[in-house]
This record gives sequence, structure tokens and C-alpha cells, in this order.
Amino acid sequence: MNSYQLEILLIAAVVAVACALPGVFLILRRMAMMSDAISHTVLLGIVIGFFLVGDLGSPLLIFGAAVTGLLTVVLVEVLNRTRLVKEDAAIGLVFPALFSLAVILISRFAGDVHLDVDAVLLGELAFAPFDRLVIGGVDIGPRALYIMGGILALNMLFITLFYKELKLATFDAELAATLGFAPAAIHYGLMSIVSITAVGAFDAVGSILVVALMVAPPVTAYLLTDSLPRMIGLSVGIGVAGAAGGYWLATVLDASIAGSMATVLGLLFGITFLFAPERGLVSLARRRSRQRYSFAQKALTIHLLNHQGLPEQAEECHMDHLQEHLRWDAPFAEQVVRLSERAGYVQSQSGELRLTENGRMLAAEAMVGT
Amino acid sequence: MDLSTFFNIDYTLRTVALGAGILGIVSGALGCFAVLRKQSLVGDAMSHAALPGIVLAFMLTRSKSSLVLVLGAALAGWIGMLLIINIVRYTRIKEDGALALILSVFFGFGLMLLTYVQRLPDATQAGLDKFLFGQAAALLRQDVIIIGVLGGLALLVMGLFWKEFKLLSFDHEFGATLGLPARALDVLLTSLLVIAIVIGLQAVGVVLMSALIVAPAAAARQWTDRLSVMVALAGFFGALAGVTGAAISSLGAGLSTGPVIVLCASLIVLFSLLFAPNRGLVWRWARQQRNKRTLQDTAVLSAMMTLAKQHDTPYHAHNINVLRVMNLKRGGVQRTLEVLEAEGLVAEQSDDLWALTPAGLEAAQERTRFGAQTAPVEMA
Repeated sequence: MNSYQLEILLIAAVVAVACALPGVFLILRRMAMMSDAISHTVLLGIVIGFFLVGDLGSPLLIFGAAVTGLLTVVLVEVLNRTRLVKEDAAIGLVFPALFSLAVILISRFAGDVHLDVDAVLLGELAFAPFDRLVIGGVDIGPRALYIMGGILALNMLFITLFYKELKLATFDAELAATLGFAPAAIHYGLMSIVSITAVGAFDAVGSILVVALMVAPPVTAYLLTDSLPRMIGLSVGIGVAGAAGGYWLATVLDASIAGSMATVLGLLFGITFLFAPERGLVSLARRRSRQRYSFAQKALTIHLLNHQGLPEQAEECHMDHLQEHLRWDAPFAEQVVRLSERAGYVQSQSGELRLTENGRMLAAEAMVGT
Repeated sequence: MDLSTFFNIDYTLRTVALGAGILGIVSGALGCFAVLRKQSLVGDAMSHAALPGIVLAFMLTRSKSSLVLVLGAALAGWIGMLLIINIVRYTRIKEDGALALILSVFFGFGLMLLTYVQRLPDATQAGLDKFLFGQAAALLRQDVIIIGVLGGLALLVMGLFWKEFKLLSFDHEFGATLGLPARALDVLLTSLLVIAIVIGLQAVGVVLMSALIVAPAAAARQWTDRLSVMVALAGFFGALAGVTGAAISSLGAGLSTGPVIVLCASLIVLFSLLFAPNRGLVWRWARQQRNKRTLQDTAVLSAMMTLAKQHDTPYHAHNINVLRVMNLKRGGVQRTLEVLEAEGLVAEQSDDLWALTPAGLEAAQERTRFGAQTAPVEMA
């Protein structure tokens, strides 16, 4: 791996971490689609800023873009508050309009500069190391690394300083308001962070990967843990893993780095969706089947308890009768009886079932309702 | 240039406008259900999710025929939709998270495939990237036919299941208790939405197609409370935006069709939000002003009646300053009195001395009849 590749990887990792931090709160606050909206509309801020300043490298552009990001949030809220459209429709109306405006402005008035819509949307990380930051004649590294590093530091500072407020406003906005924590201020603070991150990242990775990096790692982490600090930590780890894996995949296929990273992040989510220890589909299915059998065993012991020692015992407490009485099919009934025997709840003598002391206790407990 | 030569000359423009118009009708009509079911952003996710389908269809068939690409897009969009539904059903991830996840991951995957294909030495893939922002100018007659046939089919199915879709949009639980196969119908309706989206990708592009689902429906919603009218209106607005946008974008160089169509649709929404009768913001403002006036009139009339109760005759005149004090800083008493005088409800007996007229007394009694404490004035 040469220094050029190392730099790309480093930038990708920094972007991933910078995006994952606010992303966690977007997911928990059910505002994931705002990242999509904001990452599109910042383009308008960049375009307008460019027309005013005339320089694509100016930090004013980041400021302008962050303002447009906030404008998006405000417009959505204003539209929502008229009660003429629902919130989802408000998002779906505001960001395509602003984005279209930006695209038209670019193609009409900025065709001759390096402000390419495809580049903004899709990004090209492979070019990032060519744009060097030179101070006093000394090349100190790619400019994108410093911009994203600064944004990462800002995000970390914001989340560290306002951790308590963010947590409270996220999980109980009413309580936060009652205690005087100004959830609205926290909300706009978070949205500013999202906007600034989206602007900083657009150049390096493109706006769609911003969405992928903000949403996919936290969503994956959400399936793995119930604790907020652990969710943040996991998101950061998953984001970096996705960045590294994506870069590797892009090198192998000679394809877009941003697209490959999103793909790897999607795969990581897919694996988690299937195999997460508590909430994965597989463990969900296994838990359901286990509960089904454990319930069936209880039903069997209760059934036996009800009929034991009575005249009908010979018929009712027989293997073949379960199908009729408990409406089990034969293989299921056999499996339940086998499991119950192994657990020591019943004994079987040529098809006739008898409760053990343990089985009697299980049935009694189940009927009392523990 | 008069209209007939305009349309006769420009064959391309006619094709493009026809395609964009049909597209607008289909997406507008089907978008109504998405907007009413609070699934406006589903269209956004599915149009992005269609990208890998387009590229994969090309990679497998080596064909750039619209039909092949549209089918690939539909399949990918459909898979994306099923994934979203199942992620929401089986995990605690909410709909917004699932939408954003599928949107970005599928789009990223499509992007990876697209760049991979573009770098293949034998590739004849040029033009696949027009699916990002759409290029209506490149629509051919056969593309318009495909848009028309698929869109017509989608509208036909919508018509066949009209009653069911309507019920599920407004009262999902009730529909389910009636024994409707709610889950299957949900999937069917969303599949129709997928069709409406994929037929628009070539003209409008994956990034902005969702706006053509949301905007006409949101605009139409402002003008009516009836679903049938709303669907028809949304189809009309969609067609209007499509045709106008296609025409405008054909005028200027370098104007992608997608953004222009979306801006046209956004303007229609803005106009509807402001000026639609009853719901529109201008109407709402006017109604509030009217209510304020009525309230002020009633307040002054009722104050005069209260004062009159303390005298032998209900037509006893009082100084305007007394009314001002009773008016609790609301202001504009002089103006209100003049308005009431013009209506013949009060009369100025001498400078600043005002009294109720018989018609005014009746009006005051009428308007305060449902008030809590005000009893009719007893004639002494």
C-alpha cells in the first residue's frame, strides 16, 4: 500500500466517523430521511456561495451550505406546521425543489467551472489526495483530510459537550423541555452538525454516501446493543470497517469508492439483520420455535394432569390422542413428547404417558401463572 | 409562431411532451395513495433503489432497450420495497431508517456497478448515466409507447382495485377486519407505485423522480376532499408539469429535464398551498380576518346592549369612550361603529354619542343568544 492509498483510506475513515456520530442521533430521533434531504440541498448553498465568492475552495461555501441545510429543516417545519401537508410529504416537496434549483443554476451559469453535479452527487474519493494543502510552501497533506478532520473534531466536541442534553432530548423530549434543556436548540444544533458534515463530505465522497455513512452504521449498531455509548462506539467501528472494506472492493473491481463503501455497509447490515445475537432473523426464528416447544410441553403436562387417575386416563393420556385433543400433527406431538421425556416431565410406556413429579410441578406452576 | 406549426415542426418535442405528459398522469394519480398513506418518501427510496436494477439488466442482456432496463429497474425497486417492509416488520428500526438505508445502499451498489461497467474495455454502456438526472430529449417513440402501455396498465389495475385501495388508504384496520387481504393489497399498491416510478426514470432520473410522485398529489390535496377528484387533479397537475417542463428544457441548452419538471411541479404546489379555496393559506388568512371582524362587531354590539340594560330605553346613547373601556384594549372601536352604522345597526346621536337602533338591538340579541350570561333586554 502506497502513501496515496493510505491517504484515501485515512480520509474515508475520518469521513465515516464524522458521519456516524450525528447519524446515531438521527436514527434514534427518527429523522434519518433528513440526512437525505440535507445532503441534497447543501448543493444549493454551495452554488449560491460560489456565485457570491467565486472560489470553490472558500470556507464561506461551507458556511453557506450549512445555512441551506438549516433552511431545509426550517422549510420542512414551516410547511408541516401549516397542516396542509404531512411531514413526510413536506420533506419530499422541499428537497427536490431546492436540489433542482441548484442543478439548473449549475448547468446554466456555472458550466465552465469545476462544479459538476455528478461529482457532487457521486463523489470521487480517488481524486481527493491530489488536492494538497500547502502552507508556507510545505505540502502537509490532502486538503480533504484537514477539512474532514476539523469537522470530525467539531462533531466530537458537540456530542461530548451536549451528550446529556442530546440523550435526554432524544429519548424524552417532554421531560427535556420541562427541565429547561431547550430541545429545540438541541434539535437545530444537531441539524447544523448534520449540514456541516454533509457539506464537508460532499467533495470527498458524494452526497449519497453521506446518507449511507450516516444511516447504515447506526442502524446496524441499533440491532446489536441497547446502550447509547455502545451504539455510538459500534457505529464508529462499523463505519470504519465499511470504509476500509469498501476501498478494498473498489480497488478489486476498479469501481467507484463511494458506491463500494455503501455496498459493503449494506452487506454488513444484511449480515447483522440475519445473524444479530438478540434481534437477528435467525435468532428470532430460533427463539420463536423454542417458545413454541416450551409452551407445548406445558400444555402437555397440564393435559396429563387433568386426566390422570380418572377413568378416561387410558384413552386421554395416550400418545395417539394428542393429535385429536391438542390439535397437534403427529411429528410435532412426537417431538414434544420426546423433549418432555428428556426434560423429565413425562414417562412413556408403550404410548401411554405418565407425569413425573417434575411434570406435575411444571403444570401446577403454569396454571397458577407465574 | 402559432400552435399548429409549433407542434407540426418539432417532432422530438411532441414525442417528449407526450411521454412526460403520460408520465405525469400516471405518477400523479398513483402518488395520491402514497401521500395519503404517509409514504411520500417511499418513492424516493424506490427510485434510488432502481439504479442497480438498470445496470444489472444491462450487464446481463447487453441491451439498452428501454423495456429491458425498465424491467430491471422495476425488479430492483420491488426488492428494495420488500426489504424495507421486512426490516420494519422484524426489527425495531423505524420506517425512516429503513428507507434511508435501502435508498443509499442500493444507490451506492448501483453506482459501483455503473462505474465497473464503464471501465470494461468492450462496454457500449454510454448513456446509462442519463438515468441519474434524466434526459427526456432522448425519448424515442418506442419509449413513449412503453411508458403509455405500462402506465396504462398501472392505472387500469388502480381502477379495478379502487374500492380496496381507497379503504386501505383511509382506514387500514377497518379494511383488514372486513377480511381484505391487506398485506397483499399493500404490496400490490406499492408495486403499482414502482411501475409509475420506473417508467419515469429515463425522462426524469432516479434522483428527482420521487418529486413527481409527491408534488402533484400534495397540490391536488389542497383543492378537494374527495379521493376521485384528487386523483384526477393530481394526474392533470402531473401532466401539466411534465409537458411544461419538457418544453422549457428543450428550449435551453444543458437543461436536464428532471430538474425543470420538478420545479414546474413545485410551483404548482406553491400556488395550490396559497390559493386553493378553503385550505389555501390566503383563504385561511381572509377567513381569520373575517372572523376577527365579526368578533369585534359582536363585542361592540353586546357592550352597547349591556350598557342599555341600565337605562329605561335600550336605545339610550353612550359615549364612545365608555365603549372603548369596555372593549378591553382591542382597539378600532370608532371604525367598528362606523361599519355598524353603515349596516344600520347603530346611530350616532351627537358627537361621540352612540346608540343602538331597533335593528341593532335585534342583531345584538341574536348574536349573543348562545352566549353564557347575556339575557334578552327587558323592556321597562
